[in-house]
Amino acid sequence: MSLSVNEGVDVKGLVDKVLEAYPEKSRKRRAKHINVLEAEAKDCGVKSNIKSIPGVMTIRGCAYAGSKGVVWGPIKDMIHISHGPVGCGYYSWSGRRNYYVGDTGVDSWGTMHFTSDFQEKDIVFGGDKKLHKVIEEINELFPLVNGISIQSECPIGLIGDDIEAVARAKSAEIGKPIIPVRCEGFRGVSQSLGHHIANDTIRDWIFEKTEPKEGFVSTPYDVTIIGDYNIGGDAWASRILLEEIGLRVVAQWSGDGTLAELENTPKAKVNLIHCYRSMNYIARHMEEKFGIPWMEYNFFGPSQIAESLRKIAALFDDKIKENAEKVIAKYQPMVDAVIAKYKPRLEGKKVMIYVGGLRPRHVVDAYHDLGMEIVGTGYEFAHNDDYQRTPHYVKEGTLIYDDVTAFELEKFVEAIRPDLVASGIKEKYVFQKMGLPFRQMHSWDYSGPYHGYDGFAIFARDMDLAINNPVWGIMKAPF
Amino acid sequence: MSLRQIAFYGKGGIGKSTTSQNTLAALVELDQKILIVGCDPKADSTRLILHAKAQDTVLHLAAEAGSVEDLELEDVLKIGYKGIKCVESGGPEPGVGCAGRGVITSINFLEENGAYDDVDYVSYDVLGDVVCGGFAMPIRENKAQEIYIVMSGEMMALYAANNIAKGILKYAHSGGVRLGGLICNERQTDKEIDLASALAARLGTQLIHFVPRDNIVQHAELRRMTVIEYAPDSQQAQEYRALANKVHNNKGKGTIPTPITMEELEEMLMDFGIMKSEEQQLAELAAKEAAKAGA
Repeated sequence: MSLSVNEGVDVKGLVDKVLEAYPEKSRKRRAKHINVLEAEAKDCGVKSNIKSIPGVMTIRGCAYAGSKGVVWGPIKDMIHISHGPVGCGYYSWSGRRNYYVGDTGVDSWGTMHFTSDFQEKDIVFGGDKKLHKVIEEINELFPLVNGISIQSECPIGLIGDDIEAVARAKSAEIGKPIIPVRCEGFRGVSQSLGHHIANDTIRDWIFEKTEPKEGFVSTPYDVTIIGDYNIGGDAWASRILLEEIGLRVVAQWSGDGTLAELENTPKAKVNLIHCYRSMNYIARHMEEKFGIPWMEYNFFGPSQIAESLRKIAALFDDKIKENAEKVIAKYQPMVDAVIAKYKPRLEGKKVMIYVGGLRPRHVVDAYHDLGMEIVGTGYEFAHNDDYQRTPHYVKEGTLIYDDVTAFELEKFVEAIRPDLVASGIKEKYVFQKMGLPFRQMHSWDYSGPYHGYDGFAIFARDMDLAINNPVWGIMKAPF
Repeated sequence: MSLRQIAFYGKGGIGKSTTSQNTLAALVELDQKILIVGCDPKADSTRLILHAKAQDTVLHLAAEAGSVEDLELEDVLKIGYKGIKCVESGGPEPGVGCAGRGVITSINFLEENGAYDDVDYVSYDVLGDVVCGGFAMPIRENKAQEIYIVMSGEMMALYAANNIAKGILKYAHSGGVRLGGLICNERQTDKEIDLASALAARLGTQLIHFVPRDNIVQHAELRRMTVIEYAPDSQQAQEYRALANKVHNNKGKGTIPTPITMEELEEMLMDFGIMKSEEQQLAELAAKEAAKAGA
């Protein structure tokens, strides 16, 4: 495989041409977010985490999405109230495929939707009284609920409701943690601030106020999975590998996770971080406060899995290190079989990625393992530290786009004509109508898991399904 | 004559409600049919006309009934002194919810339910400052066309008047709202009438009336009455009649205000000797020090 991509393509020229469509001020601003990766670069050289320009059709979400949809939502034994008018909760209802085990409506509420359904009078007179009532009803209807989080929608911040006071009062009354989250959608520039706010509420309202469950017995091999939302079962596919090398996973944050797991986390020996962007805050806090080291790992594709397993094992004793080698060896025949089957069908295929805060870099080597090439990648809501972690994965000449606009992405794809676009639901039909194979890389297109060795087999199959689908050959316009 | 929509704005505590109710009571004597829309959560804009604080505000009844759509106009429309129709928007207690949204809700309700049919004047009485979009509702499109700013010679009242003029200017081009004039409620400050006239000139408007201070207003208020009702033959009642006449004869005319900057306003106050310039202050300070040193 070559050391660079997009050879013979004037990518810089393409960027200039696409940006020409903007008024000068917008062009200057957007130019700072787009770059072509240079050889040996330590950074992608793009600006990030800056307010999107109005009118460009950004693909970003809001702080509420970051807190309710990403961090808090998957905690299955708690009920998360979408506090405010009905729409935010309704349209984010079961939007992420955070799989969980449990009896929905009895001890788990992952696929249910709870909202305080604000009416005009709640705006005018304030919604605290209603919130009291909602919490009472929840506790009465679902007595096995272990805790409640209040996910603020925009109006809560605008009218200044005192949700913290309600949380304190009701928590004392029902004897369960109630966490008020000020994740109003207008805060910040993307869902990223929502992750941060949600992390802070775990710190302030879980770690500060509750204790690890009684009877928790530590072992020297206790680890946590942090930043895995169990999309299509990802966390399960990761967990089994950690268990196979002899570690004990004491908490999953937050896919298929529970309140008790959050509470027990300060007892872990190491926090293992998959999605750095959404949960590095709490990992750093635990390092500072409880002295728990944390490590990033990557369970996409066999090369990264093996590297990560070895890195994780290196933190433990020889037994674990030996186990890691055994596990890697055990799965090697399966990996070989997958690659033997799919690599010939996928080799040399070009991919453009545009997703959230982790996958634009983390999935790259899974594609490389199948002989595919990444010609463009970018993040919706990354910060500088994400772009510093990216050159390690991608090659010279890769087109990098931060908070790419609908227009730019369409034009880039049109000119580069990759063999696959890997992005989200908002992009999917645009590119399929352009006659391009597409895979959703937020929801795994209702497939998955993609993490772990088992996930890799599914990932390879799905990419093949998309790219080598015969439908692309019969897509000729009749006009 | 077509419907005239007027609104009274001004600094909190300046006497908007008292002035507006007295003026409107006098307007009735000119055979005008009037609707008062109180846009203050305190719901005290119609107390002197109804002889009681309105209990059934639009928003409280709406909250009880479920939503504003469940209300009928009769539920909220009260008839007071000489047939003046009164509605109070109401709103939350201080510190909770969003009173501004409440004003928007109530005004929309009143319009949709025909509260404005068969009246000559709709008068909005709006709380102290235009704190958010909701309280600017009465000066938006197709609402009040003439704004009367109640003010006095006190500095903060002048600031507030200038700020309200800025609010009017903002909507003057889209909604056609105009500044009808300033009403100076005497506080017996220095050169009050001159200052009020000067500000009116700077804002490109008129000092429509100077209402002298008279304790009889207080006596009437304690009895929950306007002066027009309590002491119809008093000098103060004549003053309000004069103001009502001027408003009526203004015939809906007004100007687009020309608000001034903070610096200009301060300069104006210095010209009137109300605020001392820095040089003056320094000179006085030096004189004092010198006197001290001498003694």
